[in-house]
Amino acid sequence: MQETELNVRQLQEQVDALTAKVAALENARKDQLSIAIVSGDMDKILAAMVISLAAAAMDTKVKLFFSFWALSALRAENKKAKDKDFISKMFGMMLPKSKNKLKLSKMNMAGMGPMMIKYLMKSQGVLSLEEMFQQAADLEVEIIVCEMSMNLMGFKKEEIIDYPHLSYAGATTFVADAGESAIQLFI
Amino acid sequence: MTTEELRNASVAKSVDARGTACPGPLLEAKKAIGTIKSGDIMEILSADEGTKSDIPKWCSKQGHEYLGAVEEDGFFKVYMKKK
Repeated sequence: MQETELNVRQLQEQVDALTAKVAALENARKDQLSIAIVSGDMDKILAAMVISLAAAAMDTKVKLFFSFWALSALRAENKKAKDKDFISKMFGMMLPKSKNKLKLSKMNMAGMGPMMIKYLMKSQGVLSLEEMFQQAADLEVEIIVCEMSMNLMGFKKEEIIDYPHLSYAGATTFVADAGESAIQLFI
Repeated sequence: MTTEELRNASVAKSVDARGTACPGPLLEAKKAIGTIKSGDIMEILSADEGTKSDIPKWCSKQGHEYLGAVEEDGFFKVYMKKK
């Protein structure tokens, strides 16, 4: 009698452990796309946005983690930050201010490349980066900005674009989000 | 469905996405799907050949029924039925 009780308890424990494991596994395959976007090249930001929009159109939750050079794409053209130290000012001056000023990773040719690509995109009906960000906002694509990179590059929150689903966080947030996403990419 | 059947299908909604490239047609289809009823047929017009393979994938993920594609002069008509 005592033995059976023990067995039942052991079984119950095993079932509990398995249930917890299954829940963790199910969570690990959420219909979610996480991208760590590090590059600030126009072509790579374009790729990230096209993939994000395709995913969002398929009702996949999209979380974009912007860090390092990619922060340039989030700078607002018409905003200014005050009280910057010398190095931050230098960084601000040398890096592209907004997604419309990004360079190409190849064939940049002092700005000729991006001009030609923009012309081609327009003539072939490809959405501009500006339009892609608008669509992303409509489809509730989340943008998470790396706080550490912001400080490192000397960017301030008041010079970042107005985007409805934007928040600031650290690497742990990306790791946690990516851990439960079925798709993780690094661009 | 055969090409003839598709051409004669009664379409509840026609989405003309010929002016836009990938992922434009998908985005337009996604917007339009909310405006039709379950069981309705929607056609998507696209000049982007990728749409022919993208829409079936979108349908199978969302549970809609992909009906087929018809090639017209310089563009495609892709047909699907809402779940």
